[in-house]
Amino acid sequence: MCRIGALKSRHYMHPSKALLLMQSQQKGHDNSGFAMVMQDLGGIFEDYKHLPTLSLACTDEGLKIAEDLLHAKGFRRVHQWVPEINPQPGLDIEAMPNYVFETFDYPKEYQDASDEEKGELLTDTRLELRAAMEEDEKGFAYSFWPDVITLKEIGDPRAIGTYFNLWEPNEDFTAKVITAQCRQNTNYAIVRYAAHPFFLQGYTALANGENTFYQKNKEFQSSLHRGYIGFESDSQCFLYSLHYVHKELGWPLPYYKHVITPLPFEDVVKREDQEQLKAMRQSLAHLEINGPNTIIGVLPDNTMFTCCDAKKLRPVVVGRDEDTVVISSEVCGVNEVLPERNWETDIYPNEREIVVIDDNLEVQRWKQ
Amino acid sequence: METIRINDLACNDLPWKIKYHRDRCTLCGSCIAACTFDAIGPKMERRRITYTDSETPEPKSRFSAQPVIAQRNVIKNFCRGCGVCERVCPNDAISSERNPDSRFNVVYPAATGSGPKRGGRNNLEVQARTLDTIRVGRISQMTDPSLDAQRHTFDCLAPLGRVLPSKTLPFEQTADGKLVQDAQTPPVRWIYPVIIGDMSIGALSWRMWEAIAMAVAYLNEECGLPVRMCSGEGGMPIRLLKSKHLKYMILQIASGHFGWNRIVQAMPHMVEDPAGILIKIGQGAKPGDGGLLMAAKVAEHIQAIRGVPRTDLLSPPNHQGLYSIEESVQKMFLSFNAAFKFRVPVAIKVAASATSVSVFNNLVRDPYNIVGGFFLDGIDGGTGAAHDISLDHTGHPSVSKLRDCYLAAVAQGRQGQIPLWAAGGLGKNGNLAADAFKMMCLGANGVFTGKLILQLAGCLGNDLGRCNACNTGLCPAGITTQEPELARRLDPERVAENLVNYFLGMDMELRKLMAPIGNSSLPIGRSDCLISTDKAVADRLQVQYVC
Repeated sequence: MCRIGALKSRHYMHPSKALLLMQSQQKGHDNSGFAMVMQDLGGIFEDYKHLPTLSLACTDEGLKIAEDLLHAKGFRRVHQWVPEINPQPGLDIEAMPNYVFETFDYPKEYQDASDEEKGELLTDTRLELRAAMEEDEKGFAYSFWPDVITLKEIGDPRAIGTYFNLWEPNEDFTAKVITAQCRQNTNYAIVRYAAHPFFLQGYTALANGENTFYQKNKEFQSSLHRGYIGFESDSQCFLYSLHYVHKELGWPLPYYKHVITPLPFEDVVKREDQEQLKAMRQSLAHLEINGPNTIIGVLPDNTMFTCCDAKKLRPVVVGRDEDTVVISSEVCGVNEVLPERNWETDIYPNEREIVVIDDNLEVQRWKQ
Repeated sequence: METIRINDLACNDLPWKIKYHRDRCTLCGSCIAACTFDAIGPKMERRRITYTDSETPEPKSRFSAQPVIAQRNVIKNFCRGCGVCERVCPNDAISSERNPDSRFNVVYPAATGSGPKRGGRNNLEVQARTLDTIRVGRISQMTDPSLDAQRHTFDCLAPLGRVLPSKTLPFEQTADGKLVQDAQTPPVRWIYPVIIGDMSIGALSWRMWEAIAMAVAYLNEECGLPVRMCSGEGGMPIRLLKSKHLKYMILQIASGHFGWNRIVQAMPHMVEDPAGILIKIGQGAKPGDGGLLMAAKVAEHIQAIRGVPRTDLLSPPNHQGLYSIEESVQKMFLSFNAAFKFRVPVAIKVAASATSVSVFNNLVRDPYNIVGGFFLDGIDGGTGAAHDISLDHTGHPSVSKLRDCYLAAVAQGRQGQIPLWAAGGLGKNGNLAADAFKMMCLGANGVFTGKLILQLAGCLGNDLGRCNACNTGLCPAGITTQEPELARRLDPERVAENLVNYFLGMDMELRKLMAPIGNSSLPIGRSDCLISTDKAVADRLQVQYVC
């Protein structure tokens, strides 16, 4: 089973919070992996927010390939952090030889480029890195984007936490937004890329559930954007749909919900905007999802949201205090992270709403 | 000794033989009165009768002339095996029997100088159906539970109309983050995924056509199922064109343009737009051949609707003046989209063919976005009249071709932009829900059906050559005739009731298939939930092979 969680705070948080959040839901997942995306970085990355950081797990050979490729493209490394590892006997982890988090300055010719152009460059570069290291699994380039760090590993989350020294809070490795999930892919092959959260151009998504429209989602998305690749997990489709609707089409977030879980026709005809909603449903029929899901997403401006499938077959709860909002599959996770909060204000989203947390930690419920 | 007249037609040359039990027959005449083909008649036979007129048996014999019922050995009046004689006989005295040693295909052309014609269906190759080797094999379980067919709500509608790529939707964002549309987009109707189509008044008796129209109105207005029917080529009564029920009708135009004079004249008086326009380019049962309505069926009311005299009505095999796909696009654009001021979807119907994908590609890439549906008809489709040679020896199945068209759209990222509607013998085993569902999983947005509708009305024909006399105007069931006394055999209310009941049952069956795969909306393109026990079929359709 899948369990997902997300934290958003006014203050920088250490990933130990994410481990804590997921640990209490341990009975609900299968201890097969741990993955997290940290956005809005603090600590040693705080000064490099405007520059892209590469999150890489690789062999020595892979590292050389990656560095050569980045060098050839004109990227200049300005910062590097290699987590101190703590390999103890008996740890359940299938670690890669190297874990590298490197921040780069853009190539000279991009110094005056727009954010859009820079973003395209970063995407192309990450895709090239991925392709170059793919053979023999020389390496995995999870993200290459400003102010974002991704870690994905196969094994027991507790052991992974121990291995990377993530149980001990510190001030160096922190972020204001952390999304996390504790399970490797169990539907398809065990592949590092298959672990949620998935990240593309500032967008993050993770999901608990099944995507029964996986095949049609995948067939359609494959031709929509060069970055829509992999599909090692059926949940990647949720990210690609989010990216397509919000970034490529430029539609506001509420329409994401209309695309993935369209209102039944009997409800649409009662709406003033029925023409638009029908047009969306028609044009993006192949982005509909029709299985049990809960999705957590993060937008490039660090807005966080959660929504469910139309039949509400997967649970999720949103808890909060003054400084932090937590989204979690199970309430025990929220209890662990925010034991003192007023639980009466917890939100259990319904199948027709999106719960959105903006940068002021204002929580809004948008009815579809 | 008299020479055998071997070249005379004999009843055992014909495809069906009458089996008659004189000892059971009371000579009531019911069978002769009921046989619309005049295939049987009274006849006097010289019989030897053995009798005795004493108290102890002293057999004597005499000859006497006895009336009997006999099959006629006239080529025009050959028995079609419809079995109406058997139905009406109170004493089980008569029936028809298939003649496996028939010489019909030889004697008919030898006698008439033309090939046989018939209505109905492909008969040459009656084999296991592709769709019957396919099952719905991906069942939701455990973490992805099945739905409840009774309890959940399902969205069982399909689009008819040109769907724009999302990036070209004319949306503007308002200050409060709402998207509003600031230009017209092609009309799209969301309708029930099974269209009744497309059989003309002319091919069908007016009572049969009326029965379908009644059923459609009832399904829409009383049952909430937005089922549409297609007029077929041949127009519609002016009164219907001017009524609110026009919204349930898809008007067909084919190469003969029959009925369009009246439709055009009625346009200023229409209170509703039709559901769509269907331009028929080809038909699965007889691809490359035009429409055919024999003079026998061009009764006075048909002449009035179509604006023609009593004669064989032949639609040309192609639209005159239409020599390319580009032209067909232009033609649609100019004549129909514009005629209805771009408010009515215009779709095209073609026969499945080795070239279908090219045709589809051309239309899906048309930059004007005006083709609102691709109706693909296969070899197992029916027809009101055709030459045997066309029915038996031309045509292409629709299952793999539909799949090819869908995958062609997938390869271009254009799936759904021209909705795919498939037909051609779907539901011929009686279960249209299963066939429709499988076709949708293979990529169809919906299906259309004709022959099944006739079967529901009481058609006696089948795929083994029984009856198939729709072309003669002598339909024994009153379905495809314009003879008032034959048409009256059909009870339109009963037919409408059958159709409504069938659709309601089918709707539930569709849900019973959607529920186990965990989907509440139609599984268009979900080939992942199909499996096939036939390796060749699985490979060809790109579904999972299982054994």
